[in-house]
Parts: sequence; structure tokens; C-alpha cells
Amino acid sequence: MDSKKELDIFKKSIKFYKLSFNKRNNQNNNSEKKIKKNKTERLLTIGTWIIILGTWYIITELKLFSTTLVPSPYKVLTTFITILKEGYNNVSLWMHLGASFQRLFIALVLAIVTAIPIGLLSGYFSKIKAIVDSVVEFYRPLPPLAYYTLLILWFGIDNKSKVTLLFLAGFAPIYLACVSAVRKINKDYILSAKSLGASQKSIFFKIVLPACLPEIFTGIRTAVGVSYTTLVSAEMVAATSGIGWMVLDASNFLKSNVIVVGILVMGFTGILIDYGLRYLEKKIVFWKGHV
Amino acid sequence: MVNEEKKEFLIDIKNLKSVYGKNIDSVLALDNISLQIKRGEFLCVLGPSGCGKSTLLKTIAGYIKPTSGTCLMQGESITGPDWHRGVVFQSPTLYPWMNVKENVEFGPKMRGLSENEIKRIRTHFLDQVKLTGFGDKATFELSGGMKQRVALARALANYPQMILMDEPFGALDALTRVNMQSLIRNIWKENNSTFFLITHDIDEALSLGTRVVVLSKRPGRILKEFNVDFTHTILKNNSNHVMYSEKYFKVKNEILDLINNQIEKQH
Repeated sequence: MDSKKELDIFKKSIKFYKLSFNKRNNQNNNSEKKIKKNKTERLLTIGTWIIILGTWYIITELKLFSTTLVPSPYKVLTTFITILKEGYNNVSLWMHLGASFQRLFIALVLAIVTAIPIGLLSGYFSKIKAIVDSVVEFYRPLPPLAYYTLLILWFGIDNKSKVTLLFLAGFAPIYLACVSAVRKINKDYILSAKSLGASQKSIFFKIVLPACLPEIFTGIRTAVGVSYTTLVSAEMVAATSGIGWMVLDASNFLKSNVIVVGILVMGFTGILIDYGLRYLEKKIVFWKGHV
Repeated sequence: MVNEEKKEFLIDIKNLKSVYGKNIDSVLALDNISLQIKRGEFLCVLGPSGCGKSTLLKTIAGYIKPTSGTCLMQGESITGPDWHRGVVFQSPTLYPWMNVKENVEFGPKMRGLSENEIKRIRTHFLDQVKLTGFGDKATFELSGGMKQRVALARALANYPQMILMDEPFGALDALTRVNMQSLIRNIWKENNSTFFLITHDIDEALSLGTRVVVLSKRPGRILKEFNVDFTHTILKNNSNHVMYSEKYFKVKNEILDLINNQIEKQH
């Protein structure tokens, strides 16, 4: 019995050794492997999309479902071109996108401008945290559309209610990121700054703020994601313009091709926004991942 | 008369006692420490791990207040950290959002020195830690030894009355460590400054210090002080052969016995 146990332990340790050895080996020719890995991974990604698009094409070709429910890729493409050229309901696609992005942009700027100072102060002073934290924790898990109805009653169906909704949706992630960033800050950064003669004010602006930037950026990216999804749903509930409204309106008239175009446009703009944010992050928080 | 005498010491610690934590969980870290540091000294503190060496450093730096007893600098009580006492931490706390140059300039900038003065200080100290030409590098591009050298230059840039170091070479490999030690020794001599260095490496303490203080295990008390001058011999001969002399071994053995006794008592 005992010898069996010992053997087991021995086997396990050999396995562990092999694992750690492999790991080290991997690190040695990391760059070479990385290139190879990137290639196969890229092929896999492209393959997946070819299969998805192919299935779509075959399903519509075989006419398994009615074309009003599942439009063919070709029809979606032509619809996209006509919408691009003539717009939807005599309003151009850029106007719809513009209306959506105006709401998103105003709300996010408001959220960033308010959530960062409030969040940092909350992280700094537990008394401020005691005031703000419970409120944020209460409304954060609520589905934004639940209180959107109330916001419509208060602010009307126009932009005001939507901007408020997006602001609330975006505020929480940025605020929480700031609080946790301040809590996690390396205490030695602050102590060393004090020993170098920095005042409280310089410590805040030159040490605390930059030290928190990586997490603040993650918070902003989350906020953009949450606000963008909220925006589209809000426009589907009540709006007269915007990309979400376009999809809702199309569904009322069973124009499934327009719906698919709308969804694709939303998807691509979402990817583009995140890409832009990641680019900014790399430029501004260049030290992230190096410390 | 008494005041005059006090001023002779840069740092004057009397009956220092330090407790951290509250009530039942409280730990007596330091007990009955009395220690004077003269200007120009290189004081090394040795002791088993967890003996409160760092607590002593933090008290002198002004990061923690003594539970009882006094800690004076030039006759005045230390109430908080300030730029007269530069600190080099165990892991270099360089600010990654600033490059090497900006890290070194941080202290002088905070004190509002003129642009020219800041530039002169930066060039001088980057040269002194042998990092001329690295000013525009990002801190995360440097090796461990280089980082610690930038941290040292940053602390020196304020021309502090003394430099406090908490096991600054603990994380470095043996070769880099020896290089750093001779760098520190030269800087200490050249700048005529005062150093307070915490270490668990007896050779480091003996080859750098003009005085070595051995602390007991927790609660930390001063077991014995050694006045040594191996560092001067090393400077004079430009070699560390003195570390193989009879005299050196005698002191080293005595310290080893002191520390080993402490560890045995624990078991």
C-alpha cells in the first residue's frame, strides 16, 4: 500500500518536473513558437468564419427557411449598399449611427469626468466610500432597462433620458475600478514619494493618479461595452432615430435583411470602438504589463 | 551644553519601543533600543529575519511612530518622512510612468529647484551610479541591478543628510551584489554621507560598515555593536583581500555565534 503511494508521488513529481521543464523550454524559443502559434490560430479564426458564412449561404441556398426569416448573404449585402446609399426611411445610415454615438459620447464623457474623481476619493477616504458605495452597489446589478422606464417618465422620450441611462450604466464600472485601483496601489510608491519631499497634492497627481491609470482604463473599456449594449436596447424600447431604432423598426415590418445589416453594423462598430480604446491604452498606459 | 552634545549625533534613538497591531494581536517588534548615529558613519544592522530591523528603519524614516521612547534627528523629534532622509527600498519602487531621468529628477522637482540645477543634479548622479546615457530609458527596460542604482540616484539627488537602505541587494545575484557594494562604498566615501543599511548578509555588513549592530530575535534588542574598518582597508587597497584575514574571520565568527544562538533559542 505504502509503496504504491510512494510510486504515485514519484510519478506526480516527475510529471511536475516535466511540466516545469517544458515551460522553461517554451520560454527559451518563445518568439519562434509565438509566430507559429499565431499562424495556426489565425487560420483557425478565419476557418471558423468561413464555416459560419458557408452554413448561412447553404441554408439560404437550400431554402430551408423562408427568405423573410433568413435573408441570403447576397441580399444582406445589397441591402447594406442601398442603406449606405439611400439611408433607411430617408435618413442616412450615418445619421442613425451619429445619433447613437452622440448619446454614447456625451454619456461617457459625463461618466468619466464624474466617476474618476469620485472613485479615487472613495478609495482614498473611507467616509466618502461609505456614502457613495452602497448606492452604486445597489443600482449596478439592476438591468438598466428596468429603471429606463422611470427615466422616460422623468426626462421624456428624447435624448435626455437616454444620456442619463447610459451615464448611470457607465458610471459604475469606472467608479469601481477607481476604488479598487487606489486600494491596490503599492504603498511604497507613496512612502518613497513622501521621502523625496512630495506634498500631498503632488502625491495625488504625480503618483496616485498615474498608478491608477491602468485600472481606470480597464474600467472605461468595460463602461463603453456596457453603455453600448444599453444604448442599443434603449433605442429599441423608445426612440425615433439611432441604429437600435432602425433594427426595431425593421422588425416591425419583417425586414429581416435590414435587421441583419443593423446587427452587423453594431458588431463591427463595437469591435472598432474597443480597438481604438486599446490603441489609446497602449499609448497612454505604456507601462501596463511591464511592472 | 547637553544640547550641544546631542547635536553631535545625526540620529539619536533613546529607549525606543515599537508595538504594532492592536490588543491581543499586537506584536512587540522592538524593545529598549538606544542607538546613536554620527555623521559620516556607515551603520549596518544585522539580525535574524523578523527581528524588527525594518521597523527600526521605518521609525527613522518617519513612516511609523515609536510606541514609547524618542527618535531624534539633530535634536528634533522625527514626526514624518521628509527629504532629509532618503530611503532605498528592498524592491526598487521606481515609478514606471516616468523614465529613468524623470525618476531621478523627482525629488529636486518636488522641492522646486531651478531647471538648470535639476539638470546638473541629474547628470551628476546618473554618472555616479554609472548610468550615463540611460536617462531616456523606461524603468522596466532595466535589469534588477540597474533599477536599484536608479533608486539610489533618486534618493541621492536630494542631498539628504542620510540614506536608509532596507536589504537593497537582497534580490540581486551574487556578482551584481558585489558590484553594487563597491559602488555604494565609493559613493559613501566620495559624498562623505551617512548610511544606514539593513542586511542579513554578514559579509555585506562587515565589508561596508564602519559599525555593525546585531539585533536579537523578536522583540529586537541590540545584542552587540562592532566597530570595524574593513571598508576603509578595502577602499585603500582597492581589493577585498581583507575579507580573508584572521581579524575578519574572528569578527565574523563572533557574529555568527551570536545569531546562531538566537536561532537555536527559538527551537
